[in-house]
Amino acid sequence: MNNYFKVLRPGINSTFQDLGRFGLQHLGIVASGCMDQLTFCTSNKLVGNKISEGALEFAYQGPLFELIGETVLVAISGKVNFNIIKKNGEIIKGKPNESFLISNGEKIDILSTINSVYGYFSIFGGFKIEEVKGSVSTLVKAKIGPNNGDKLKVGDKIFFNKSHQVDKTNKIQFDFDKDNIIRVMKGLQIHYFSKKSQEDFFSKEYKVTKLTDRMGMRLEGQKLENTVNKNIKSEGITKGSIQVPGDGQPIILLSDHPTIGGYPKIANVITADYDKLVQKTPGTIIKFKLVNLAVAEIAFQDYVRKF
Amino acid sequence: MLKKITNIGDCGITCDFGDEVNKSTNKEVIKLFNFIQQSVNTRKLKGILNYTPSYNKLIINFELGQIKSQEIIEFIKSSDYSKINLTENKKIVEIPICYDEEFALDIKRLETKTKLNFKEIVSKHLETNFFVYMIGFVPGQPFLGDLNKSLYHDRLDTPRIKINKGCVGIVEKFCTIYTFESPGGWNIIGRTPFELFNINKKDTSILSPGDTVKFKSISKKEFGSFKNE
Repeated sequence: MNNYFKVLRPGINSTFQDLGRFGLQHLGIVASGCMDQLTFCTSNKLVGNKISEGALEFAYQGPLFELIGETVLVAISGKVNFNIIKKNGEIIKGKPNESFLISNGEKIDILSTINSVYGYFSIFGGFKIEEVKGSVSTLVKAKIGPNNGDKLKVGDKIFFNKSHQVDKTNKIQFDFDKDNIIRVMKGLQIHYFSKKSQEDFFSKEYKVTKLTDRMGMRLEGQKLENTVNKNIKSEGITKGSIQVPGDGQPIILLSDHPTIGGYPKIANVITADYDKLVQKTPGTIIKFKLVNLAVAEIAFQDYVRKF
Repeated sequence: MLKKITNIGDCGITCDFGDEVNKSTNKEVIKLFNFIQQSVNTRKLKGILNYTPSYNKLIINFELGQIKSQEIIEFIKSSDYSKINLTENKKIVEIPICYDEEFALDIKRLETKTKLNFKEIVSKHLETNFFVYMIGFVPGQPFLGDLNKSLYHDRLDTPRIKINKGCVGIVEKFCTIYTFESPGGWNIIGRTPFELFNINKKDTSILSPGDTVKFKSISKKEFGSFKNE
């Protein structure tokens, strides 16, 4: 018997992701991978997978799909509002961060993420999706990854690895960091900006705008004055770099960033605060706090303990 | 020469070879790039996620839980990679290009600006052995140099909204080939039917940093009948 989920509504931006595709940035291929690593790994832990197993990432509104096949153990992680629709039409409110069984003919309707952007859907045994250069991450812009490198579409069938049935559900206490302070380290070209602008950047508030996706997060706030040169010689880009183009408004480069770029960078988000950052919805006011490498490395130790 | 190494956030370093953008600086970058790639492949260096050369810098990204920046910096400083063979694994790639007026969108402006006629522009483009400085921005897009000085030209004032895959453009001393349909501000002089990037092939990108490119002129008919392997 074929076991699959039939996609009845794809959601806004639903893609398969894992921890990323590495070793190819020198050929112009960015790592991609899940936006929020902790939430991603949580979804796998809930169903007993290895934490790096490919999962379905959704943003804001997720998919509506129906299971065709035998009962399976699944989980949705994040702050997510979703329903389970029984065969008789009965609607049961779903509980995120808790694995559950779903049976033939039942539907999962992922309505929305709550005060956050990304959530993840995992299945015990993993999805049956093809690795491309060692990863199942999807880069839609270049059509790289499973599902022909594309987002989910209506009518897609999501197959999964059939594994012996388990009914051991699991629950993980889970919450996002509520504060809006993002810790950063000095960027390579911080000296391109006036003393006042450097102070402004680390003290004033910046608003997350709607022009935010897997590639980058555009911010709006005190204009940053570049006193040296609005462009630099194109150089390799690191996830979490904060570049400032000619208009003086910062852009944080996220998981699907271009591999090289020519704008000066004022700061870099530390690894420990990246997950928190990407979950901030448009309109959120954030503030940057300058830290050094030693602080970032200690923060990372605290961060990995959550996994 | 490697001038300095600086941290980029907590999981990257940049190796800076100075401000000059020329082949000799870029060759130094690619030497270190080759060395890091070899060290990763032979597992002498662990926890490295990506290494990205550009004109005058090499950026190395690593997994914070596996290795710290200080260890990579010490590894580089204590290594002698000056003897790395720059041509090892490097290819000379011939790329067909059609300069038909349908594709050479900016040739008229270049003729006016450079005071060269169409034939002269084409022959100057064809005579150059281009060095692959770097690849990126989008998958597989090469940045080649150096053009014949007489062809140097600024970027378009207003970038085009759409440039087709395969278009060949020039700006200043560089030449690029668009591997995806995208917006762009380069002066377009021709188009290649040759597919430089295909994620499903073993060699995803035909070109690598440090390779050499030589263009070969083809007719519009040959362009139309060209088959990628």
